[in-house]
Amino acid sequence: MADTPKPIHPIWLRLTHWLNALAVVILAMSGWLIYNASPFFGITFPVAITLGGWLGGAILWHFAAMWLLAASGLAYLLCNALSGRLRSRFLPLSFRAVLADLRAASRGRLTHDDPGRYNAVQRAAYLLVMVDAVLLILSGLVLWKSVQLPLLRELLGGYEAARRVHFIAMAVMVSFALIHVIMVALVPRSLLTMIRGR
Amino acid sequence: MKIKKVSRMISIDGDAVLNEALRSIKHPARRLFLERSLTLGSLSLLSGCAIVDEDSVEHALRRVSRFNDEVQAWLFDPKLLAPTYSEAMITRPFPFNAYYGEDEIRQVDAEGYRLEVTGMVADKHSWTLAELRDLPQTDQITRHICIEGWSAIGKWGGVNFADFLARVGADKTAKYIGFKCADDYYTSIDMPTALHPQTLLTLSYDGQPLPPRNGFPMKLRMPTKLGYKNPKHIQAIFVTNTYPGGYWEDQGYNWFGGS
Repeated sequence: MADTPKPIHPIWLRLTHWLNALAVVILAMSGWLIYNASPFFGITFPVAITLGGWLGGAILWHFAAMWLLAASGLAYLLCNALSGRLRSRFLPLSFRAVLADLRAASRGRLTHDDPGRYNAVQRAAYLLVMVDAVLLILSGLVLWKSVQLPLLRELLGGYEAARRVHFIAMAVMVSFALIHVIMVALVPRSLLTMIRGR
Repeated sequence: MKIKKVSRMISIDGDAVLNEALRSIKHPARRLFLERSLTLGSLSLLSGCAIVDEDSVEHALRRVSRFNDEVQAWLFDPKLLAPTYSEAMITRPFPFNAYYGEDEIRQVDAEGYRLEVTGMVADKHSWTLAELRDLPQTDQITRHICIEGWSAIGKWGGVNFADFLARVGADKTAKYIGFKCADDYYTSIDMPTALHPQTLLTLSYDGQPLPPRNGFPMKLRMPTKLGYKNPKHIQAIFVTNTYPGGYWEDQGYNWFGGS
């Protein structure tokens, strides 16, 4: 056992990754149906891609999966920060490096041969989605408990503004997830890494 | 040998899972809640896991909803006030919402109206509209938040509900206050919310006697709860320790419904 190489993704990371993914899928699909009950951006979501069947069912799913995301997301962030992985994997990060890697990627020249090392675009995307998840949870808290959380409510500009923040943060999260899945399809080994650890 | 056996046991039989999913779509005896709450999307989500059947999903979701009731009761601050607004910020026209359409609004006769007050109260006499209007009145301009997501600002006037409960000698250790309405709606709330300073036995809207579309002759207004917890056309109030449920709550809406 002693000569087993250290996994690229430790077990806590793989576990919280898949739990977060499950929570995000449930929250997005049920959230779209809740949004459909009172849309504000002139669009509605096709019912076929929603979860819950009706408003009450969608809310039951949404307000159950929120605990999964809160618990698993917090575990992810804590383990990431305390283990030093957050710093070693995601920093340093510069705007210039992101631009350079984006340019390289657009020419098909971005190397992806070491799954233990994230390029600058990956670093930026993963950090963005961490911040976005926090924003989703905070704006969701305001929608759930706008009277009981006055400070958070005012920070987000009030109840109605929080609805828009929650929606836009959802759109960022879903866009990330779509690009993420496409990238995994291009580099299938990364899927195995996230399952087996190496 | 042993390891091989285990790995065969946990491998998922794709055809069996698909058949199970198709069977459950076609099955005629599915319960109402499930027909409404489990779409094809959720079936495909669950079908990777044949051990999850729909009844246990419903059961689990409802248990989480009850847990959320407790979390909300714990979060509820009996002294924290909902924001109030200026007259200029009132939403006009104020949206109508009920489990029926605007053409089915119930007309309640003011003369014959009696508010029944029963259960764990000292004074069980029925109130006429005139008697209610003779009580000290107050008003508020607050935001009404609907479970559908939209919100609207309105001005409601009436009797502080905590004062009314004190007047009828309600047992404040009781768990629930239940409401029965002329439009066959019913709901119930927790005692701390009933005693909140902004909970209003509402008799007027925007300075006028409560119009039928807003719940004539009397509704309960709580800026600390979602719209469906604010019953209109109230005919009976009862104080009880027995969980009374509610029209939407019995179908799956969260009972506490706090904001």
